[in-house]
Amino acid sequence: MISFRSLKPYFWDHKDPGIGLFKHLFDYRRMWKLVVGFSVTFALVPVLCAGIFDFMVTKASMERELFQRTARVVSNTRRSVTFFLAKHRAALKFIVRSSSFEDLRKPLQLYRYLEDLQVVFQEAFTDLGVIDGAGIQIAYTGPFKLEGVDYSGQWWFKEVLLHGVYVSDVFLGYRQVPHLVIAVSHESQDGSIYVLRATVDTVRFNSLLADFQLSKHGSAFIINRNGMLQTESRYYGKIMERMTLPVPEYSARTQVEEVTTDDGKQLIVGYAYIENTPFILLVVKPKDDLMGPWYSTRTTLLAFLSMSIMAVIIAIFSVTTHLINKIHLADEKRLIAMHKLEYENKMASIGRLAAGVAHEINNPLSIINEKAGLIQDMFVLKGMYAKDEKLLSLVGWILKAVERCGTITMRLLSFARHMDVSIGPVNVKELLDEVLGLFDKESDYRGITIKVDVGSDVPVIESDRGKLQQIFLNLANNAFAAMDQGGILNIKVEKQNSTFISIIIADNGCGISQENLDRIFEPFYSTKKKEGGTGLGLSITYSLVHKLGGTLEVDSKIGKGTTFHIELPLKSRNKKMEKL
Amino acid sequence: MKILLVDDEEHLVSTLAERLSLRGFEVSWAITCLDALAQVEIDTFNVAVLDVKMPLMSGLELKNKLQAKCPAMKFIFLTGHGSKADFKSAAFDIGKEYYLIKPLNIDVLVQKLREVTAI
Repeated sequence: MISFRSLKPYFWDHKDPGIGLFKHLFDYRRMWKLVVGFSVTFALVPVLCAGIFDFMVTKASMERELFQRTARVVSNTRRSVTFFLAKHRAALKFIVRSSSFEDLRKPLQLYRYLEDLQVVFQEAFTDLGVIDGAGIQIAYTGPFKLEGVDYSGQWWFKEVLLHGVYVSDVFLGYRQVPHLVIAVSHESQDGSIYVLRATVDTVRFNSLLADFQLSKHGSAFIINRNGMLQTESRYYGKIMERMTLPVPEYSARTQVEEVTTDDGKQLIVGYAYIENTPFILLVVKPKDDLMGPWYSTRTTLLAFLSMSIMAVIIAIFSVTTHLINKIHLADEKRLIAMHKLEYENKMASIGRLAAGVAHEINNPLSIINEKAGLIQDMFVLKGMYAKDEKLLSLVGWILKAVERCGTITMRLLSFARHMDVSIGPVNVKELLDEVLGLFDKESDYRGITIKVDVGSDVPVIESDRGKLQQIFLNLANNAFAAMDQGGILNIKVEKQNSTFISIIIADNGCGISQENLDRIFEPFYSTKKKEGGTGLGLSITYSLVHKLGGTLEVDSKIGKGTTFHIELPLKSRNKKMEKL
Repeated sequence: MKILLVDDEEHLVSTLAERLSLRGFEVSWAITCLDALAQVEIDTFNVAVLDVKMPLMSGLELKNKLQAKCPAMKFIFLTGHGSKADFKSAAFDIGKEYYLIKPLNIDVLVQKLREVTAI
């Protein structure tokens, strides 16, 4: 699994060393944040806006379509219900107009009419009765014994006398069975009024609504103006019970509205008031059911949008990180080059200074040497003060001091001379002695023991003396900085194989923590910034060893010490080595 | 054995001449190349001890001129500029390692003089 550490950009934890002019050109973390922020904003805002706009438009369009479809269903159903009632009414009117009151009173005749109606209307009529003006059912044919029943007290009877035609609510009546009554009144030739009354099967009424294919949880039913269910409803109550939804307001036209139930369910309710009847047709559909396909598409679209956004973000993150890493690396290379140039100039200046000082000192030193030598000669060779041991000893000391100074100036000159690149034979032991000679006094003062063990089989190698000098000097400097009073610096040189020698420089100083050890060769990484460390010493040493075709590794334990392992080729790979 | 010492440092060359005289050598000295060439005109020397770096003319150039006048003359070079490697890197073609580093060890110089003349 990819860890966050590996995803973290290289420059993320980098801190600008901020040494004078040698600063990074940019704050890369801030730059990365800005680029990512702007890119993500400019890339995603239009996508999100388009997505949201499309979402809203599609949703509105879907809802509009849904309302229109519901309105169509309501209108069609209303036409069917209206037609159903109208044709039943028309049949009754036809009977009363084509028959005389006397005919209708005859049970056989009435029975035949009922039989004909049942044949024509597929048994929708269950009975037929003739009621005289006083409200007494004077003739009846049907499954019940309702002859002689007095309807004069019933409100529907009064209605039919008043308006000529009446369609009743569904009611239980004497039979305690839900049914509705269609009644028409007629005035006979003798001026008396009578009523032809028929009971219509509510099962037939229900099946009419059931014929409409609605969604899974949709329901089409009829209520009266008081909200009492007139037909069966699958979800909103039983017949003759009050509907659980509010009664919609009167409208002459088909209406569709959105209703939220008490339990938060959203419903699409289409309704129409059926003219000349107490009925209101309702088509109720749960919105979620109807929007189901759209919800499914929406989920797919959202998933696609999310994946697109993720892909865009990942692409922006990756590209930005890659590019800023490149810029950071280029900037770092520039800084390293500047620092190396500065380092090179510094070393060259030191070299020139050392050479100048050494040369200038060498001449008076030679004169002192010769003068003191002449004094000694005069004492010894000419026999003057030949027996004055103290004088001879003093002259001897002068000469020894001159010799020491001569060695120092020689080292300085040697150091300065090898600033330039040149490949040639190098005796590692001699070179080590030369470099370590510069630490003689410091090791004396601090009681540091330097042990050098060069194997007898170590040959003269072909390398760059100046670079090797800098490598040993830097590593010895590091070791001396790490060691306390009484430290031990062990240097071991061995012939590794026919192509390489190994040089181990081990101190018993304070050691380096694992965290620092991982970054020790990185440019500008220093734990001694406050003491003026540039963090370039080991980085330059590392690059010098590599330029000589060798390898440099480090091993350290806190409190135990640090060991540098250098492997150097016996023969330089490239004689035309570039300058540092 | 007659020796010609040439070095632009008068104190050095005069003292060195005296020290060599004390050791039985016959020594002349010069502080300029022109003086050295003039001395060769009037005298014959077995060995010339030359400073490598001198004004007007380098030790090597002087060696060539002296050798032209006196082909049998042997040469020892003195330098205040470091070690044996100097001569190699400076491309001195001195044939053999007749060079010495300042400050000098008189015994070494004497030994070299004997070696040179023994050839």
